[in-house]
Amino acid sequence: MKVWGRRCAGLAMGLTAAWVAAVERFPPPDFESGHQLPLTSTPGARADWWQIVDLGLLAIGLAVATWLVHKRRSRKAVIVLMLGSLLYFGFYRAGCICAIGSIQNVALGLWQPGYVVPWTVLGFFLLPLIVALFWGRSFCAGVCPHGALQDAVLIKPLKVPHWLESGLRLLPWIYLGAAILLAATGSAFVICRYDPFVGIFRLSGGRIMIAVGVALLVLSMFVGRPYCRFLCPLGALLSLCSRFSKWFVRITPSECSKCRLCEDSCPFGAIHQPLPERPAESRRQARRRLGWLVLALPALVVLLGWAGSRIADPLSMYHPRVQLAEQVRMQAEDESLTLTDAVDAFYVQDGQVDRLYQEATAIRDGFEKGGWWLGGFLGLVIGLALVQHAMRHWREDYEADRAHCLACARCFDTCPYERQRRGLPCNPASPETEVTA
Amino acid sequence: MSDDRKADEKASRREFLKGGLRNLGLLAAGSLAGFAYGRSRNDGLVWQLDPRKCIQCGNCATACVLEESAVKCVHSYSMCGYCALCTGYFEPQPNALNTGAENQLCPTGAIERHFVEEPYFEYTIDEELCVGCGKCVKGCTMFGNGSLYLQVRHDRCVNCNECSIAVQCPAEAFSRVPASDPYLLKTREKPA
Repeated sequence: MKVWGRRCAGLAMGLTAAWVAAVERFPPPDFESGHQLPLTSTPGARADWWQIVDLGLLAIGLAVATWLVHKRRSRKAVIVLMLGSLLYFGFYRAGCICAIGSIQNVALGLWQPGYVVPWTVLGFFLLPLIVALFWGRSFCAGVCPHGALQDAVLIKPLKVPHWLESGLRLLPWIYLGAAILLAATGSAFVICRYDPFVGIFRLSGGRIMIAVGVALLVLSMFVGRPYCRFLCPLGALLSLCSRFSKWFVRITPSECSKCRLCEDSCPFGAIHQPLPERPAESRRQARRRLGWLVLALPALVVLLGWAGSRIADPLSMYHPRVQLAEQVRMQAEDESLTLTDAVDAFYVQDGQVDRLYQEATAIRDGFEKGGWWLGGFLGLVIGLALVQHAMRHWREDYEADRAHCLACARCFDTCPYERQRRGLPCNPASPETEVTA
Repeated sequence: MSDDRKADEKASRREFLKGGLRNLGLLAAGSLAGFAYGRSRNDGLVWQLDPRKCIQCGNCATACVLEESAVKCVHSYSMCGYCALCTGYFEPQPNALNTGAENQLCPTGAIERHFVEEPYFEYTIDEELCVGCGKCVKGCTMFGNGSLYLQVRHDRCVNCNECSIAVQCPAEAFSRVPASDPYLLKTREKPA
C-alpha cells in the first residue's frame, strides 16, 4: 500500500465534509526545539495618499488644459500635456483609476446600499463634468489617456459623412444607459470589462480586448478619436455639460472673417459652418415639423421604454446570481448534466435553492423596471437629437460645436487672426506651415 | 433695426436659458456629490478573496489581467499540522516522501519543505514561483487542516475597477475590502 492511502484511510469519512472550513484534522504541534512559527506576510495595498496624488494631478491637468485651450491657445502645449497624461494615467497608473469607469462606481453607490464610493472616485467622476459646465471638454483635450492614445496616432483624418456621424453619436448614450443599468443592479462594470485600451496600457490582459484595442487604434489613424466620439459614455455626459458651458472654445481670437480656412481643420467633425437665415416659407414648414416632433416625443419615450423592458431580461444574465440560478435550474431539470464549478460551490456553501430563485427573480424584476427607464431615456435622447436637427439655427460665423468639440486646439492655428496674433506667417496653406494634418 | 433687436433678444434669451440649465447641472452635480458623499468613504477599496468560499477551481491563475497572477498561495502557519506527508505538498500516492519534483503537487515547485524536528516539516511558499493555481490549496483543504489558501497579494494587484478574476470566480468569493485592511487571513480558531 502506498503511503498516501495509509494516511487517507481514516479520512474517507471526512471527504464529504471536505469544504467545511477550519477542520483541524492534524493538531498543530508543540515544538520541543522551540521552533518559532514564521509570520504570514501581508504586503500593503497602495497607500491612500497616492489617491490624493491622482486626484490632485487630475485637478491640475484640468486647470492646465483649460488655461492652454482658452488663454494660451496653443496646440503644441496641449500635445505635451496630453502625452504627460498618457504616460501617468495611462501607462504608469495602468488605466485605473479612470473617470470613464467612475460612472459605474457612482451608479453602484447610488443604487446599492452595500457599496460605498471612495471619495477620490467621486472626485474623478465630478471634476471633469463641472469643468465642462464652465469651459467645455478640457478633460477630453488634455487629461484623458484614452483620448491621448488615439490622438497620438491620428495621421490622416478622413471626414465622416454627416448622416453617419449624427447616427453614431447616439451610440455613447446607449452605452451609457446600459452601463448604468448594469452597474446599478450590481451586475457588471461593462465599461471596464470591454475597455479597448486598458490592455494596451498594461501590456497584458485578455487577448480579444487587446485585439479590439489595436484595431481601434488602427482605425484612429484615419478616423479622429473613434472611441471618444462614438462610444465613450463619459463623452456623452461631457457633451451634455459642455452644451451649457459658460465660456467656450473660440476658433478665432477676435472675429470671424468667414475665410473658410478652419473649415477642414477639425478631425472630429465639430466645426459648424455659417448658416444663412432661411426664407419665411421654409421656416414655417420647419416649425410645423418641430411641433409634430415635440408631440411625438412622449410616444417615442414610451415605445422605447416598453422595448427596453423587453430587452432588459437577457441583460440580467450579466448578474452573477441570475447566472447561477439559471445553471442550478438547468442542472436540477436535467440530472445528467455535469455539475459546473459554480453549481458545485453553491451546493457546498448554502444550497438554499428557493432563496436563490427568489433573489434571481427580484433582480430580474429590477432589470425590467430598469429597462423601462433605460428605454425611456434613450427615447428622450433620440427625440431631442431629432428636435435639435429640426431646429436649425442661423449662424453668422464658423463656430465650434459646443457639444462635440474636444477642445484639441487644432483649428486655432488655421485662423488668420490667430496667426496674426501669434506673429506667424498668414498663409497656412503652404506645406511648411501646414498645421492641420 | 427691429430685426437686430429681435436677434439680440433671441440671443440673450438663449443665453439666459443656457445659464439656467448650467446652474441646474451644477445643482445636480452638487446634490449627487452630497448624496454620494454621505455614502462615501475615506480609504479606498481593493479586491480580496474569501478563502472560506474558495473552491480552488484554478481560475485565479489564468483570469488575472497580469501575465503573472496577483493571487498567490499563502500559509497560515498556526493552523498547519507540519505533517511529514503533506497533502498540499505531495502528489496523491507519491513514490517517496522527498523533495523530488515528481512527488510534488506544485507545478512550479514553489513550496519549500524544511525539516524542523521529528516528525515535523515546515512548508514555506516562494512567491516568485507561485502562480496561484491553488493545487496545493485543494490538497490541503481536502485532506489536511486547510492552512494553505489563496490571497490577492497587494504588492502585485493593479486593483482594476472590475477584477477580472472576480468576474470568472464560480464561488463569488471575491469582494471589495477596505485598503487599510486588505487581507482576509485564515487563523487557527480556538477550540470552544
